[in-house]
Amino acid sequence: MKILTVNFLTCAVKACKSSPLSFPLHFQDAELEQSDIEYNAAFLRNILPRVDWEALKITANELGFTTVPIEKPDLTPTSTATDKNPVRLPINTSEPQATDEKTMRDLHTLLLETEVREGKMVCGNCGHEYKIKEGIANFLLPSHLV
Amino acid sequence: MSRPEDTLPPDLFYNDAESRKYTTSSRIQNVQVEMTNRALSLLHLQTPSLILDIGCGSGLSGEILSSVAPSSGGPHIWTGMDISASMLEIALQRDVEGDLLLADIGQGVPFRAGTFDAAISISAVQWLCNAESSDTSPQGRLARFFGGLYASLKRGGRAVCQFYPKNESQRSMVSAAAIRAGFGAGILEDGGGTKGAKVYLVLSVGGGLLRGLWRGWRGWMLRRGVGEACKGRGGRRLGGKGGSSGF
Repeated sequence: MKILTVNFLTCAVKACKSSPLSFPLHFQDAELEQSDIEYNAAFLRNILPRVDWEALKITANELGFTTVPIEKPDLTPTSTATDKNPVRLPINTSEPQATDEKTMRDLHTLLLETEVREGKMVCGNCGHEYKIKEGIANFLLPSHLV
Repeated sequence: MSRPEDTLPPDLFYNDAESRKYTTSSRIQNVQVEMTNRALSLLHLQTPSLILDIGCGSGLSGEILSSVAPSSGGPHIWTGMDISASMLEIALQRDVEGDLLLADIGQGVPFRAGTFDAAISISAVQWLCNAESSDTSPQGRLARFFGGLYASLKRGGRAVCQFYPKNESQRSMVSAAAIRAGFGAGILEDGGGTKGAKVYLVLSVGGGLLRGLWRGWRGWMLRRGVGEACKGRGGRRLGGKGGSSGF
């Protein structure tokens, strides 16, 4: 289970849908694994606006990663400047291109290549535990919780 | 040949033996590849996207999503849901790139709003029409599935669900449930009237995008509506040329 996926998963219990506490799910006893996925800058630029940064920081902290930037990196200006919108300049950042590249690579490693292999995710609202075995999270609910 | 849907619920039907059979049969593989490519072309994805694979099984479709060339807008990152632990076990052995969830799509789609660029489903949705116990109904399960799917897609997102309706009424029940969830919906049928007919339910969030998609299509049945607009009204079968006049 990729860290990216965890950033989008919510508790499946019906009563938790309206509770802000049901996201993100919280890790317990997580075992991590590093996988190898081809770096894809276009995908990162596409997905990053949808990543919930506060939730990512919580997850990263629970898993023992301390190097996540405090603010979500703004990668869009450089990308739009090069293709569709040549007029728009990267005004929010003064870092050179190389730093962007490093940030992207780090994000790729964290979001796509870091996987939770064993452990469980727990809902902060109802306490339901979603077990992860061999990287597969079990989201089957007993019928009374559907 | 009897429909597997009529024999057992999917988590029991796709046991280890049946899952292996499904994954290793070259006939099934070929059909699956063909349908996945068709569904992918109907999604019109321009950039590497985050895709939900509904009823991902052993990851046959997912592998295709992972291997779309950059020149064709890929490769895509996908997450699969399936109710059969045996199928997912085979996906693990085949070392697929996507994430896998053991989940019942009839219980909903456990992702926050606007997560996915697109969703794909090959030969899965008809399983929702079989209620497995007394406390669930096909309508209830279809409503939870399409409601969850609608919410989990980003605005302008699309889903293509290839499925095997048992009959006309099941086909109507499925598309009506999608429309009730808010989707702009249309059905495309390849090889209509033949034994190998394939039915694709094409869905969009924010129905405007469908207009361009339908133009020039022939031999499809269109149902379009948002929310209550189509409720109670039967689907209209529109001829090829008059197709887009529905708008």
